[in-house]
Amino acid sequence: MDTDQLIRTLAADNAHRAPRVGAMLTMALLVAAPLSILIFATFLGVRADVMSAMRNPFFDMKFAVTLSLAIPAIIVSLHLSRPEALMRGWGWLLLLPVGLLAVAIGSEAMMAPAMPATMRLMGKNSRACLMAIPAMSLPLLAGAIFGLRHGAPARPALAGALAGLLSAGLAATLYATHCTDDSPLFVATWYTIATVVVTGIGAAVGARVLRY
Amino acid sequence: MRGREDEWTGLMRSAMAGDDAAYHRLLKAIAPVLRAAARRGLSRAGQPPDQAEDIVQEILLAVHLKRHTWDSEAPFAPWLFAIARNKLIDALRRRGRRVFVNIDDFAETLPGEAPQETASANEVTAQLNTLPQRQRDVLQSIAVDSASIRDTAAKFSMSEGAVRVALHRGLAALTAKLRDH
Repeated sequence: MDTDQLIRTLAADNAHRAPRVGAMLTMALLVAAPLSILIFATFLGVRADVMSAMRNPFFDMKFAVTLSLAIPAIIVSLHLSRPEALMRGWGWLLLLPVGLLAVAIGSEAMMAPAMPATMRLMGKNSRACLMAIPAMSLPLLAGAIFGLRHGAPARPALAGALAGLLSAGLAATLYATHCTDDSPLFVATWYTIATVVVTGIGAAVGARVLRY
Repeated sequence: MRGREDEWTGLMRSAMAGDDAAYHRLLKAIAPVLRAAARRGLSRAGQPPDQAEDIVQEILLAVHLKRHTWDSEAPFAPWLFAIARNKLIDALRRRGRRVFVNIDDFAETLPGEAPQETASANEVTAQLNTLPQRQRDVLQSIAVDSASIRDTAAKFSMSEGAVRVALHRGLAALTAKLRDH
């Protein structure tokens, strides 16, 4: 087939309209979310003392942190789904949860906490945290990568890493309603390790399947 | 340069609004620019420039299948060149690797394969033969026999909708095969 023939064929297909990447990502995440919620409902569930926990600012802080990871990661992943997009000027959005955690750790240190720092850091749920966040992330990660495949990312591994970040952020938001460890030291340690694992999986898968 | 790129942006806007003729003109206008870039890239990588056409066709397919990622408020040229660069790098990398595994490749795939010169001269044609019959028929009818969608539908007693679906799926499958082979 010569190039003129190919061009004629492409022009004949011009009527075909594909949805935007954002619509595709939203749809894929909505399909995946019930699976993650099922894992949550089966193995975890909301903590029993949730009503009193909501009066603890460090409980609320967990959601500020996880959502400040998930939402910017969604925004940046959509930005990077355009072939000419650069990371420059967008990366700082991903530092938002880091900044929030630093502020939270600082304010907890100033509040004369009830337990020593090592106990707050180790908590009671570190193993559950390390298993639950990646497990609940996997359906969301699969959905995110499926949605982002509709885009044309210049750097597939980076786009996959962002899919990992956004799914870990969403899964951690769910997990935070279950976990009774509210210390920002616990969040900064165990949530971060879980997120790094999911991000690594996302990058590895993305490098293979997000090429266009 | 500026004028040419503004013209492309205008044509692409019309194309996205449903003007097939504008889309055809745009693709015709960018093809020689892509060809020159592909030849330059190949010669810089020490590869024979006669494979440039394969790269041009891969870029055109990617432009077509990813045009929903173009922001109609943004200029067209940076978007186009980003795709072109990506596909050129991919193609050079693939060719580099293929030179390395050349002998094994032939030992395993030679029997029953299309004549070798066809494959190397035009990868799209080679991959076309691996598509399902229906998609291949539709693509060949429109590309080679320059039949319209309506004529193609009549020829294969399909509905026009079915022709459009087969056409789009065929192009998407072709692109995936070119990327992954």
